[in-house]
Amino acid sequence: MQSSPRRSKRELKPPERPGGRSSSRYSARQGRRITPYLYILPAFLVYGVFMLYPLARSVHLSLFDWDGLTLATYVGFDNYVDVLNDERLRAAFGNALTFVFFYAVLPVCIGLVLAAVLTRARVRGLSIFRTIVFLPQVIAMVVVAIAWRQIYAPDGSLNTLLRAIGLGDLARPWLGDYTFSLPAVGIIGTWVSTGLVTVLLMAGMAKIPVEQFEAARLDGAGPVREFFAIILPSVRAEITVALTLTIVASLKTFDLIYVTTRGGPGSSTTVPSYEVYRRAFEQGQVGSAAAVGVTLTVLIFVISLVVNKIGDRSSS
Amino acid sequence: MMSRRHLRRGVLSAGIALATLVALTLTGCTPGSGATPDTTSDPNRTVETDVSKMGNLTLTVWDQEVRGGQNEQMTQLNKAFEEKYPNITVKRNSQSFDDLGKTLRLALSGDDAPDVVQANNARNSMGSFVKAGQLEPLDPWSKAYNWEDRFSESVLKYSRYSQDGKTFGSGSIYGLPQVGEVVGVFYSKKKLAEIGVTLPSDWAGFEAALTQAKSAGTTPLLLGNIEKWPAVHVFGQVQGATVDSSVIQKLGFGNPGASWKTPENEKAAQTLSTWQEEGYFNEGVNGTDYDAAWQKLTRGEGAFLIGGSWLASDLEDAMGDDAGFFAPPVTAGEGAHTTGGTGLPFTITKASKNPDLAAAYIDFITNEDAMKVLADTGNLPVVNTQNYAPESGVQRDVFSTFDSVTTRGELLPYLDYATPTFGDTLGEAIQGLLDGQLDAKAFTEKLESDYAEFTAAQ
Repeated sequence: MQSSPRRSKRELKPPERPGGRSSSRYSARQGRRITPYLYILPAFLVYGVFMLYPLARSVHLSLFDWDGLTLATYVGFDNYVDVLNDERLRAAFGNALTFVFFYAVLPVCIGLVLAAVLTRARVRGLSIFRTIVFLPQVIAMVVVAIAWRQIYAPDGSLNTLLRAIGLGDLARPWLGDYTFSLPAVGIIGTWVSTGLVTVLLMAGMAKIPVEQFEAARLDGAGPVREFFAIILPSVRAEITVALTLTIVASLKTFDLIYVTTRGGPGSSTTVPSYEVYRRAFEQGQVGSAAAVGVTLTVLIFVISLVVNKIGDRSSS
Repeated sequence: MMSRRHLRRGVLSAGIALATLVALTLTGCTPGSGATPDTTSDPNRTVETDVSKMGNLTLTVWDQEVRGGQNEQMTQLNKAFEEKYPNITVKRNSQSFDDLGKTLRLALSGDDAPDVVQANNARNSMGSFVKAGQLEPLDPWSKAYNWEDRFSESVLKYSRYSQDGKTFGSGSIYGLPQVGEVVGVFYSKKKLAEIGVTLPSDWAGFEAALTQAKSAGTTPLLLGNIEKWPAVHVFGQVQGATVDSSVIQKLGFGNPGASWKTPENEKAAQTLSTWQEEGYFNEGVNGTDYDAAWQKLTRGEGAFLIGGSWLASDLEDAMGDDAGFFAPPVTAGEGAHTTGGTGLPFTITKASKNPDLAAAYIDFITNEDAMKVLADTGNLPVVNTQNYAPESGVQRDVFSTFDSVTTRGELLPYLDYATPTFGDTLGEAIQGLLDGQLDAKAFTEKLESDYAEFTAAQ
């Protein structure tokens, strides 16, 4: 057993042939180049069958006007033109961007403060607290949505609380209110994402050497200074990861909308993925649904790329 | 972290992958099947009605009768069919309404389509299947089995389409339903007695009762409309009492020749909006759950609830004899004109190899004996409803209301049947109307644009 790797290495060595040295070395390098691809081949096959093929098929479908039953007609990029022109869809993408704030930006801000306090202050029962903060991530989104639906109901706990503390004027049917339903749903997203972000950031902060904080203290830095001078720069990579994960989650959010508001009241909380569902399964506009889906995929891809590029640049 | 060189190579390979994808997709074939609708189906073909002569056959049936009483009647009827005809095996596949709606499209276009399927009447289901030539028009069997005598026209209309799928509500029969549905008004007898309201016998009396309840300090109407569609049924009730039924039928079936922009439709919308402004509804209807609203009725938190007959069994469980149901007609003593319909009709697929057997099965599960089984298992039989009415309770009210509406009044289509997008358009517009975002005029204009766009394209 022990000698086998050495022997195989010797065997891999290209046989030296006079005159053919350079070409044989080239083929050996080529062989070595292929090897890694052979390793990823099984995974790639699965990826190809379950990800790339459906993606290609969606792109394909998006070029047709198809009801899912009769023969489709090729319409080129008309579906994409419609995506850009449809006021309702533009609003849906706008809502998705609002959700980026509630799902990603807000949780990162809250998470940074929370994680900094938790790592720096000696909190008793830290692991319990960490579990509680992380809990929303573990619960299925449908369960979360149903629970919040009850909290937001006209005679639900939120309104009951408001009335109890004398703020009854603020009580309203949160999910049925044209102005407040979008932020109300957004807050649910914040509640869900904050846990993940906090735990990620805490892991990052735990890596900071204690000496840095000591040095800062000696130089007379307070907790705020400490936060901006040491903690924030050290967790840039974690922030990038957290932003990527939460932004992707916010843009593809579907279950939350489906269970809480179904895009209502009116169409004030509809999002692109809900529109995909509506078009494909309720209205039988498969081509248009595919176009919305592809557009959403491209948007997510571009935004994650930008976030990662910025993250890379500032951390190097 | 990726170095810049790696990143560039990554982008390059991603680009190549994308280009490959695009190349792949562009060379792919056109989705969908080019099945040309078979318009040569002979309405006078000879029909074999004797199942025992058909030899050993298997009948595949896809239904959505999954809930308690629904599942029970289906099981009983299938068993009875197999016992009567030992040469036949019924292969049943039942899925929930939502699941069936989503899988049917694929199933019908596949090679191995079932013989009998339960398809939603609406244009985006049955209508598009008819258009795609995937369902068999049932005219020859209708003649052989006298279905037009068995079912009232008010009910049969719901499964009639022209063979090109463009006209809904007339043309060939494409399916038969087992059960009926009707939207009306539920109330609590105790509550009405408490606030001194006697059960109204006509629409004007109903409106007066609402005012009376309001001044007695009770919420007159309970509504939970976060789901968008519940208020559509409330509007249907108001519209049925305000607008000519033939107009509503054209609008509801999505057939050309009517308009939403009429003074009557505006008046109906205005009524709903006025009810909201005067505080006839519970607070925050757009943020209240549908289920929460009828539960309020069981707790005596309101006088009336406009809803469908499907709520009767839940309300009976919770309220017992306290619950009542009626549909106020415009003129006392007549039948009401109100929203309602049928359960999902059973249809025969074009792919079925034994349409005669399939038709015999559909006949069997909708005949008189079947109606008895349906009533015994707690369903609302669509034929001769009154004969099967229970002795007392809210179910009795439901049976007699359905009977009076289908025989002496008018069953009006669910308004969201109209166009594939109408459910959303109407649901969203009604939320706007109830919130004060839209006034009656803007409301009807919104609906008209959807309706007009659809009918113009037909």
